[in-house]
Amino acid sequence: MVEPVTFVVWLIVLPLAWAAAAFVTGERIGAWLGVVGSAIQTFLVVWMVATWHVAVPVIHRVGGWGAPLGIDLTVDGLALAMLLLTQVVSLPLTIYARSYFSEDASKSRHFWPLAGFLITGLNALFVSADLFNIYVTLEIVGLSAVSLVAIGGGKAQISAALRYLFATLIGSGAYLLGVALIYGAFGSVSLATLIPLVGSNPPQAFALAGLLMLFGLMLKTALFPFHYWLPPAHGGAAAPVSALLSALVVKASFYLTLRLWTELFASIADDIAWIPALLGAGAILWGSWRAIQAIRIKMLIAYSTVAQLGYLFLVFPLLPGQDAIRATVMQACAHGAAKAAMFAAAGVLIKATGQDTMAGLAGMTGRLPLTLFAFGLAGMTLMGLPPSSGFLAKWQLIEAGMARDLWIIPVVALAGGLLTAVYIFRILSFAFLLSPSSVKIATVPRVQEWTAFALAAGSVLLGLRGVELMALLPGQVP
Amino acid sequence: MKRAIVIAAALVFGGLLINAIVDLPSSPVNLRIAVADNMAKSGVSHPVTAVLLNFRGYDTLLEIAVLLLALIGLMAAGPMLPPPPNQPADAMLQKLARIATPPVIVVGGYLLWAGAFRPGGAFQAGAVLAAAMVLLHLSGLLSAWNAQLLPLARRVILVGGFVLFLCVSVALLAAGSLLQYPPEQAGLLILLIESGLTLSLAAILAGLFLFLSRDNGGAP
Amino acid sequence: MSSELLFAVVGALIFTLGVAGTILVANLLRRILAFNLMGSGAFLVLVGLAQRGGESDPVPHAMVLTGIVVAVAATALALALLRKQHEVKDSEEELTEIDDG
Repeated sequence: MVEPVTFVVWLIVLPLAWAAAAFVTGERIGAWLGVVGSAIQTFLVVWMVATWHVAVPVIHRVGGWGAPLGIDLTVDGLALAMLLLTQVVSLPLTIYARSYFSEDASKSRHFWPLAGFLITGLNALFVSADLFNIYVTLEIVGLSAVSLVAIGGGKAQISAALRYLFATLIGSGAYLLGVALIYGAFGSVSLATLIPLVGSNPPQAFALAGLLMLFGLMLKTALFPFHYWLPPAHGGAAAPVSALLSALVVKASFYLTLRLWTELFASIADDIAWIPALLGAGAILWGSWRAIQAIRIKMLIAYSTVAQLGYLFLVFPLLPGQDAIRATVMQACAHGAAKAAMFAAAGVLIKATGQDTMAGLAGMTGRLPLTLFAFGLAGMTLMGLPPSSGFLAKWQLIEAGMARDLWIIPVVALAGGLLTAVYIFRILSFAFLLSPSSVKIATVPRVQEWTAFALAAGSVLLGLRGVELMALLPGQVP
Repeated sequence: MKRAIVIAAALVFGGLLINAIVDLPSSPVNLRIAVADNMAKSGVSHPVTAVLLNFRGYDTLLEIAVLLLALIGLMAAGPMLPPPPNQPADAMLQKLARIATPPVIVVGGYLLWAGAFRPGGAFQAGAVLAAAMVLLHLSGLLSAWNAQLLPLARRVILVGGFVLFLCVSVALLAAGSLLQYPPEQAGLLILLIESGLTLSLAAILAGLFLFLSRDNGGAP
Repeated sequence: MSSELLFAVVGALIFTLGVAGTILVANLLRRILAFNLMGSGAFLVLVGLAQRGGESDPVPHAMVLTGIVVAVAATALALALLRKQHEVKDSEEELTEIDDG
């Protein structure tokens, strides 16, 4: 009987293998390897979810040594939810990317190895229980994301990639110094060893390390006001890359922020919890405002990401309550699926109309109904309309805020929903209300439209099956 | 003005940092003892190599992935401008490079083998070999690499060491966990992995330079 | 302050220099150097703190070796992107404001 625990190792090894193979074999076989690899990974993670027992986190001791000498991989409910999100979103995206890059061999040649490394980095990051190992996985994710943005070598992509690289390196550098201080203070970098050691009176270096690491991670998550690198990178990259970045990469550093906040730095967390909440509120307001003003489609979607990430941080004063964690996981998954769908749909629209402004979308409802429908469904999730998962996430967030009499949080969440509606309806209005133009549109392979639709439908249907996702996490399910 | 604020903030931060470091009590966990206790089972006799390739070998596996992916990112950024017309190479420099390369290869091989019992190992050996390749390129004996037309053999060498490491790690999964070396064969397996890594690392590190160079070497 | 902590303190100073450099320095090549300073400072802190007990602890040494390789990879990627940007823009200038549309 194969223990599901070993599947977590395969979730790390498989993408490494197909990334290396894709580099050697080139674009045609590489694309096929990527799709098949993602499918197998999705199967494995679904099997893990099906056989999951909430109470007991699963530990894999790499090398058999065990922490603190060796490195441990720990799978608990939160990690499993993130693994599920990663595999389920990347599978349609690999199918989409295979079609998207099919005409341009020079770009796809490097997309597949880089995408494989990115997925490895994400999977390895979610299950790592060792602070220094987390640093290495952060670098895998960061450098592969930067390289993916740079694919193609256009002026905008290179500048955006360089800006992104600088931001991510500052974040990594701050995080690394934090790890150095923690090792100096405690003699270990293993989370399981450290948590019991942090007593009521930790040395000064501990608080400083906490601030450094949390700052570094927030910079990588593009929390306002450190979001400056995100719109050019996500708005300028190729559509499948933007989807992967907005849906998954920013969630990785957020996941680490959440984990370190609630587990390692719980003692200093309560005093500074208002800071991420305030910055999150700022992100929602500023990001939505810039999205409303945007002229280019992908810029609108990128600023929408900045805004939606604010919801994730809004919940920090409510931590470490289980209801708050469930709300934030639901929001992360809802946004992941919806944003991936939105970028995929945008990619189809841009290819079809040959330009990337919203004004050029006139009359697309008749020409590309499936894609517009997918865009609309994704928008529904972002706005938080029932029965989508976005609605469920907002509902949980509001309930958690009201339970603690922190009324400002539900108010900001609802205001954000209204602002989201403004820019979603704005872009849809271009497609629906304006009269169809007589411009010829390029034919886009149907598979791209269908994968965008699948992701969008998934984000809505997740709302109906939200209870099962929440069952992965500990605590009372309402 | 911005300059003044940043410098002031940096001074404050530096002060806090130094204060925190000076105030540190001795650490509760002492991994040095844990490493020393397990050295016999690790297969090598140098503690840093044991940590790098055995106890924390998973970090090393991922770090090779980082290096490989940086190389691919470098290739992905797009073709550089075509090389300028050939400049004649300096004969003295070429002679020096030709004489220097064989001893450098020997040094690399020694570093690889010595890593088991003194500072050394795959990274150092790979770096030394890569330096030899860069020297050959700069003296005009080795032409730059083209990211668009990379021959299959070179691609295999670039990923080969990493793939070997990955395969050995996964094969050991049958024994228990990832990278769990059986104590009797640990030394041999580590040497095998390090040899593969040396070749790949030399290629990757040299590639980081050779893909960016626009020089065609002395080749006509 | 004992002599053992000297390395760690110097590492802290180098890190601070690096951070100030990344924010203040305009020239991108020098900014990449500032990042390397940040990394080197953090490594020095790690290794400096490892040997304050008398005998040196091998685990931070291995971590620093790993960190150096990661830093090399990141620097190579940064230099390649800088080089490509230089080619595309055809002049020595800073990052311009990206058109946010």
